[in-house]
Amino acid sequence: MNDNTELQELYRDLILDHARKPRNFKRLDNATHTAEGINPLCGDKLRLYLCVDPDDRITEVGFEGSGCAISMASASLLTETVEDLSVADADACFGAVTARLTQQATDIAAPGNVDLAKLKALDGVREHPSRVKCATLAWHALHAALDHSQSTATTE
Amino acid sequence: MNQPKLKSPIDIAYCRDDFPGLHQVVNGHPLVYLDSASSAQQPTAVIDAVARYHREDHSNVHRGVHTLSHRATELYEGARDKLRDFLNAGSRAEIVLTSGTTESINLVAQSYCRPQLKPGDQVLISWLEHHSNIVPWQLVCEQTGAELVVAPINDRGEIELDQLRDLMTDRVKLLGIGHVSNALGTINPLREIIAEAKTLGITVLVDGAQGVPHMTVDVQALDCDFYAFSGHKMFGPTGTGVLWGREALLEEMPPYKGGGDMILEVSFDHTVFNELPYKFEAGTPNISGTIGFGAAVDYLQSVGLNNIYEHEKSLHRYMTRELANVDGVRLIGTAANQAGVQSFLLNDIHPHDLGTVLDHQGVAVRTGHHCAMPVMQRFGLAGTTRASLGLYNNTDDIDQLISALEKARQVFA
Repeated sequence: MNDNTELQELYRDLILDHARKPRNFKRLDNATHTAEGINPLCGDKLRLYLCVDPDDRITEVGFEGSGCAISMASASLLTETVEDLSVADADACFGAVTARLTQQATDIAAPGNVDLAKLKALDGVREHPSRVKCATLAWHALHAALDHSQSTATTE
Repeated sequence: MNQPKLKSPIDIAYCRDDFPGLHQVVNGHPLVYLDSASSAQQPTAVIDAVARYHREDHSNVHRGVHTLSHRATELYEGARDKLRDFLNAGSRAEIVLTSGTTESINLVAQSYCRPQLKPGDQVLISWLEHHSNIVPWQLVCEQTGAELVVAPINDRGEIELDQLRDLMTDRVKLLGIGHVSNALGTINPLREIIAEAKTLGITVLVDGAQGVPHMTVDVQALDCDFYAFSGHKMFGPTGTGVLWGREALLEEMPPYKGGGDMILEVSFDHTVFNELPYKFEAGTPNISGTIGFGAAVDYLQSVGLNNIYEHEKSLHRYMTRELANVDGVRLIGTAANQAGVQSFLLNDIHPHDLGTVLDHQGVAVRTGHHCAMPVMQRFGLAGTTRASLGLYNNTDDIDQLISALEKARQVFA
């Protein structure tokens, strides 16, 4: 593949936009669930905050941290995706996204009516095995946060 | 000591042909390998020495009476002799073969320090150190109640000698210091530092992983007590290394690992340990790797360490000048005396993103914290991009790096 095309595939405008201006980049002091994601290889480090109401619905999402464009954009996209989802649907998103990024699943099997189309912007990492962990980091943190209310997820 | 043969600098240009790994196309571009500080490419002489051993001479060492075992032993011990000569060590008993710098340093921490450190004692290191010259000391300090003390560095990435001197007290039992910083390329003024430590009776270990590929190392002239390094950073195979130690110190130290080859006699109530250096070499060693390591020593000496040093020095000057001319580049590590290693940042592009874009153009660099997180923290950074030179690099490599950086600027514009 022409290297320009492949680079543009990885660093799509949507990715660069989210990396430069991450959405919901804030600490949530009233979070009910939180987890840290650490990619020891790269030094990417983020903390994800979730507010989950008594009906198991995610009412607010935030994150803070530092990392490469891929990890920041992925975390930013995550916050937009899982807000207003049920805990079960959000965790299903974790499964769907990581499967797509790591197992070359042809499509994202979205739970319920969740629209995961935007996340296809992360597809470029599938051609970059060393960068897949950057893209899945925030999703591992989501899974860890929902699984145990306090913990650390690593990509190792 | 055999002085490396002096050749004219022009010869170095041809060394590139000796490294088959360099001659390949990566992502549609000729490979530009600027990651030798991580692991250096191997010359054909090393690759062939390892292959020849596997094909013709493979057997265990120090064990059999048969011909292959004898040949393997000769080759393996021959490598030890080459390494003795390479370091100008006093005797071959002082050359302990290990799996690399990390094991060499752990050996000293556990076998030399652990039996003698007491609460209140200190181990002194610098802020520049690689994790492998930090964590083994942390472990032994936890085990003994001793304290790890760290000498600061300045904004250029140089150890502040006055402050280091102030930290050298009679509480310090060992100073662990790098020869060359892997993250910033700083060449430490070892002779001065070691002389100071010696006046106070402080034992000095030098982490030489980044020193040996780039300059002549004479352990007797340096006057340190231990010198640790790896084969794969000096064009040899991975999983090989040396701990050089003063014979008198090594004699006093208990074995680090137990097993075969490190004993003279074993019964269930008593074991008589083997003589140096075998006391520290339990188990079947990395025979093929060590033979390749010996071939790497031959290769380095045939090119000449002084030639290599001069070549890399001038190439590093070229690299830093060219990098500094790129809009948005910030050099990290600007010591007055630097080896062929340069860390930098480009605008606010994360080093991993930059590394990916460079890789797309065939340029291999290291990105991240370089196993020296405290150095990164000192500069308030998560990581840097690091270009590091080997004897085979040339100005074309640097020019390719610079044009790849321009491309990265466009991608992230």
